[in-house]
Amino acid sequence: MKPGSRSTSRRTRALVGAVAVAATVPLVLAGCSGSGNASSSGGGGGGKTLTIEDYYDANYDPVYQQCAKDVDVTVKINHVAGAGLISKVLQQASSRTLPDVLMLDNPDVQQIASSGALSDLADYGLDADDDVPGVKGANTFEGKLYGLQPNTNSIALYYNKKLLADAGVEPPKTWDELKTAAKTLTKGSTYGFAMSNINTYEGTWQFLPFFWSNGGDEKDIATPEAAQALQLVQDLQDDGSLSKSSINWAQADVNNQFMAGKAAMMINGPWQLPALKKAKNLEFDSVPIPTRTGSETVAPLGGEAFTVPQTGDKDKMQLAGKFVGCLNSDKMQAVLAGVSGNVPTNIEVGKTWAKDHADVASFVTTVQTARARTGELGPDWPKAATKIYTAVQLALTGKADPEQALEQAQSQNQ
Amino acid sequence: MSASTQIRPRATTPPAPVRPGQRRARLRSGFTRWMFVVPAAIFVAVFFGYPVVKNVLMSFQDYTTKTFFTGEAPWVGFANYAAVFSSSVFATSVVNTALFTAGSIVLQFVLGLGLALFFRRHFPLSGFLRGLLLLPWLLPLIASSAVWKWLLDQDSGALNQLLGVVGIGPVPWLVSPSLALIAVIGVNVWLGIPFNTTILYSGLQSVPPELYEAGALDGATGFKAFWYITWPSIRSVVSVVVVLGVVYTLKVVDIILGLTGGGPANSTQTLATNAYHQSFINFQFGIGAAVSNVLIVVSFVFAMVYIAISRKAVDE
Repeated sequence: MKPGSRSTSRRTRALVGAVAVAATVPLVLAGCSGSGNASSSGGGGGGKTLTIEDYYDANYDPVYQQCAKDVDVTVKINHVAGAGLISKVLQQASSRTLPDVLMLDNPDVQQIASSGALSDLADYGLDADDDVPGVKGANTFEGKLYGLQPNTNSIALYYNKKLLADAGVEPPKTWDELKTAAKTLTKGSTYGFAMSNINTYEGTWQFLPFFWSNGGDEKDIATPEAAQALQLVQDLQDDGSLSKSSINWAQADVNNQFMAGKAAMMINGPWQLPALKKAKNLEFDSVPIPTRTGSETVAPLGGEAFTVPQTGDKDKMQLAGKFVGCLNSDKMQAVLAGVSGNVPTNIEVGKTWAKDHADVASFVTTVQTARARTGELGPDWPKAATKIYTAVQLALTGKADPEQALEQAQSQNQ
Repeated sequence: MSASTQIRPRATTPPAPVRPGQRRARLRSGFTRWMFVVPAAIFVAVFFGYPVVKNVLMSFQDYTTKTFFTGEAPWVGFANYAAVFSSSVFATSVVNTALFTAGSIVLQFVLGLGLALFFRRHFPLSGFLRGLLLLPWLLPLIASSAVWKWLLDQDSGALNQLLGVVGIGPVPWLVSPSLALIAVIGVNVWLGIPFNTTILYSGLQSVPPELYEAGALDGATGFKAFWYITWPSIRSVVSVVVVLGVVYTLKVVDIILGLTGGGPANSTQTLATNAYHQSFINFQFGIGAAVSNVLIVVSFVFAMVYIAISRKAVDE
């Protein structure tokens, strides 16, 4: 037995050694990342270097390079995965390593601005007066403008032209028309209608057009108007026109159902256009989302804003301000819209854009009257958003009828 | 160098004034002993102590996104705990956590033990199959939960299409609030079987075959052999597997987030996903910390049980 036990003890010692070495690895890595940051902010040769952080992809790099030329700086672009952006920003805020230009999803702007991490864009002579009013509201906190949004988006009702023509159905304008159309279009494995009712902010975002257009308000969601809106979605599900799986679908899943011909109509945004255009044998168009009486649709505003964080380097912040101004210029708004599929925020640029790009026309219309999610509650929006998707889930899973679901969600201490 | 300096005092000093030298030597040996502990102690303090203490402090503060920039986190006493305990989601989470943990552990253990007993007999390809059994363990959790989400889809999922062949209508696995928790437990069991089988199998290997031979002479075969020989021999391994399993299962986040995100209608919300949601979706880090402290206390109790059991096993 002895030799065996000696060899195990030697092995244990080797293992302990290996663990000790492994334990030092994070320390070494931390050291590396620290020095990496320092060298990048100090570099730049003749012209200065601006760091940009966003959750886009390399398709946007040429746009940044163009503005870099205009402002006469070099840029260092850092693309972060969408879900990780806010945690990264918080981490950078506490270690004082925020980028010079930071992209944020518009409902997050007020929350980050309220922490004091962003600078007032008026300091750089920027304003959003020519942009769609809702966009300006989303990026304003306590009277100051913190973000500029070259592009915006919203959601509309896409429909499969062929399926509607075969069934002799016109694109619906009112809720009753929507219900009838969806029921007529439901055949075999094809559902008439699809939307995302998932338990995330995406679900809330998709429900908002029904909720807001009918007079629902996020301050108190337990109202008869809100109940009517939720009843509509419930009816669509009860009719069999909307799959019960919609409570697990993200917007990308909804788009896949539509592209596969498993849904004749869907609620989705213009960012799906590049994928939809590539799909074979799919002819589609879109209309503003139906309202109960056929009145104007009130949909939520989407899109990303560019901000200038408080980095402490006044000169660089000025340059960053110029850079953001360039991104928001009329010319660049159109260039960005070409890359993203979204709508230019400037009212005039948007109108011209709609003329040349028929497939975004319904979104340009919707955006004019759209509302910002943070318009009313500001940084408290996430709490209301959680209540809204909770109510939708309670109703669609049959745990409560729409009215009770809204009451439960409203009183729920999140 | 050190060897020669250690020897010198002994050689030069006569027996009478031995005390100071001895004391110094004892001091030095005590010092050396402590120096061996220091790296481990620092490691534990920095990587385990600090996060836990910070988490406890955070649960008494109003810690929000603002705190990251200003560094200010006002002290709010027990307000976060009051908010947590009065929320209806918390009660749901506690019940779900208990069901999820108990369901996962029982099924994982029973199936794991069954497979371990099965693989103890050697048959062609048994080694290969035992290797295959480890697969769920090797896959990234987020990847396997994505695949399971697709398998369990109501309309086009592979499982429902298979059931359709037998004539069973589509089952709303992840869609119905009453089935979702069962589906999530099922996937977690699938993930936990490799761990249970591997540990129990190694426990079975250490049972001396002579015991069975002797037992067989006395008429202990089949189930009797299992009950009177196998079970008592692996009892300590069993308790380790169960207690570790409980601690691992309590903190499961990724599988649930990947499959249902806590839904539908909070029916798969556990303490772990609730804490995640409060901290990283609502950005209420104080409340999130309060929820996770509840989880830490529960895990700590089971960790103590584990230590008590393993100490008893050593004494035996």
